[in-house]
Amino acid sequence: MRASLRRLLVPIMVTGLLATAACGSDEQPGGNEKITLNVALFGDFGFKPLYEEYSKAHPNITIKERISDYAAHHQSLISHLATGSGAADIEAVEIGYLSSFTATPNRFHNLLDLGAGSLENQWLPWKWQQGLSTDKKTLIGLGTDVGGMAMCYRTDLFKAAGLPTARDEVSKLWPTWEEYVATGKKYKAAAPKSYFMEASGNMFRAMVEQAPTGVYDDADKLIVDSNESVKKAWDLTVDAIASDQSAKLAAWTPEWSAAFGKGTFATIVCPAWMTAYIETNAKDAAGKWDIAAVPGGAGSMGGSHLALPKQGKNAQAAYDLIKWLTAPEQQKKIFKATGNFPSTPSLYTDPDLTGFSKPFFNNAPLGKIFTASAQAVQPQHQGPKQGDVFNTIGAGLGRIEQGKQSADDAWKQVLSDVAKLG
Amino acid sequence: MRTWLYKADTQLSPYVYISPFFILFAVFGLFPLGYTAWVSLHDWSLLSDEHSFVGLGNYSELLADPYFWNALRNTLSILALSTIPQLILALILAHLVNRPLRAKTLWRLGMLLPNVTSVVAVVVIFSQLFGRDFGLINWLLESFGLGRIDWQAGVASSHVAIAAMITWRWTGYNALIFLAAMQAVPKELYESATLDGATAGQQLRKITIPSIRPTIIFVVIVSTIYGLQVFAEPQLFAGGGPNGIIGGPDRQFQTLTLYMYEHGFNRGFEFGYASATAWVMFGLIVLAAAVNYLITRRIRSSR
Repeated sequence: MRASLRRLLVPIMVTGLLATAACGSDEQPGGNEKITLNVALFGDFGFKPLYEEYSKAHPNITIKERISDYAAHHQSLISHLATGSGAADIEAVEIGYLSSFTATPNRFHNLLDLGAGSLENQWLPWKWQQGLSTDKKTLIGLGTDVGGMAMCYRTDLFKAAGLPTARDEVSKLWPTWEEYVATGKKYKAAAPKSYFMEASGNMFRAMVEQAPTGVYDDADKLIVDSNESVKKAWDLTVDAIASDQSAKLAAWTPEWSAAFGKGTFATIVCPAWMTAYIETNAKDAAGKWDIAAVPGGAGSMGGSHLALPKQGKNAQAAYDLIKWLTAPEQQKKIFKATGNFPSTPSLYTDPDLTGFSKPFFNNAPLGKIFTASAQAVQPQHQGPKQGDVFNTIGAGLGRIEQGKQSADDAWKQVLSDVAKLG
Repeated sequence: MRTWLYKADTQLSPYVYISPFFILFAVFGLFPLGYTAWVSLHDWSLLSDEHSFVGLGNYSELLADPYFWNALRNTLSILALSTIPQLILALILAHLVNRPLRAKTLWRLGMLLPNVTSVVAVVVIFSQLFGRDFGLINWLLESFGLGRIDWQAGVASSHVAIAAMITWRWTGYNALIFLAAMQAVPKELYESATLDGATAGQQLRKITIPSIRPTIIFVVIVSTIYGLQVFAEPQLFAGGGPNGIIGGPDRQFQTLTLYMYEHGFNRGFEFGYASATAWVMFGLIVLAAAVNYLITRRIRSSR
């Protein structure tokens, strides 16, 4: 009974909302219809306090959040899209998966039809572009955070190895990745028992993300075997492994999480979202971590969008919510609470953001560092199996780290494995 | 008319009574099995709406993939490393608690505890024990002057770690099944054996094992089927990153189910290919069960 009533009412509601949206009014239309919006995320996006704020202003909206881990979230999203039911009204999509959806956008509401077109200038141009379908006619997601990169380092380990500890001096150690690896060699000579980086895969990925083209060309063709920047990044990473700089830790394992606090390694490539991870996993190490510039200038690693699967019935209400959640004011609050860096450039001149620092990181000016990094990002085209390609190359580096293969054999196997991904 | 109804009642009712099982089996067992076979004949990706028919293409590609054979080898190796010690330990445990003991129920319940613990909890704890830098086992090895082991990196070491988790979870459960069978063995046999001066070990070998042979074979079959499908242990052992999909950078502990997961839920969501893997696994399990069945028959006829 209720369901059929809702089926009748929703189109009326939607038309009403559309009409008011077209008038540019933020007034609540009717407001009697109770709507429950499900939000599915991977990890904590820091939305919880915002829901309360939103529900206060929109008493008819109830928001339910479900959180799972990165892989499980995207896998269940894809299954739900394929089977046509079970997806939440609002789904977070990380950049590693986004390109597989923009290739087949028909399973998502076109946000341009819901009124997103006028908001384009709110985001970094490349962040907006990432949410567009291949034919540029459909927008499937509004950007949340960007993974502007920096380099997090342990001041105590740097001091013990006789390296400078002040962040400006540390940044000067490695304008390029070659100098970063050279610094690593110096570090190993002075402190042979500890490691310079947590694993080599992150460094490789950062270098490739900084290049003008990565593992795909603009026509979604895999170019791992022909792109010079990829091979250059590989060779430099192999050099770092050969000089025993890597602690060979697999990301997202208990050993990896524990190592942040125990000081097993001295540096880690640090996209903005990583700062919260370090803070929660290394509570005892407050003041020992600091943040310097990333070698090679800038670059983005990670970052997400919010999308509305077509099976969701309350498209307009869901759109209004994601429009609000991704608006600059909200992104600023999220950054301060979680470290996820805003994708809206109007904030990059906001002193409230640029002046933001955290005691945990020796009062490093997170706002200033990540603003500089995000502004300098050269957008790079991401292909449909972006994440799988990096995992395949990462496994190759892992084989070298574990002493299973020579660098040449590992590269050959990477090329044949990547070709099979095709 | 009435006799016809009566006849129908007596002859059809039993089928109606047992039908719920078969209907449920058809819906949740047969249909998915058949549908999976149908999907396995297609180039079927979850990401696209087109599913083109490729015949046995997925199967020939699968059998030509060295990573499939690697996964099969790993699965069999973990199966042997977990099942054999598990059954021997279970037999000994069951034999011990089958003897007059104080607080019998406590011991028997205790044996079941590892099995009722969630597999995720077991693997998380064991992964920490087997940790490279901060693991308890490496700490012990080091304090005895032996070197640390990077458990996940090696083929043998990772298999041993995973087998330890499986053994921990299933030994007590199997011991209880053995125990149930042992209690059906006539007490007089043990009494006269004791009078004749047989030791506990001799009683186990000469009386218990021959008497519970059918149960042993049942347990072997069930453990084999479980062992061929082991998934959560290697997946969680590797942590949340890509190693949980391919079982380490060199695929050193990728099992068959992980291989299926790699293709079905990653890299393009190739459900057709994953379904073909599922069917090949099904065939392997039927084969293993058939071999076990033949052995059972031989034992029966030799008696």
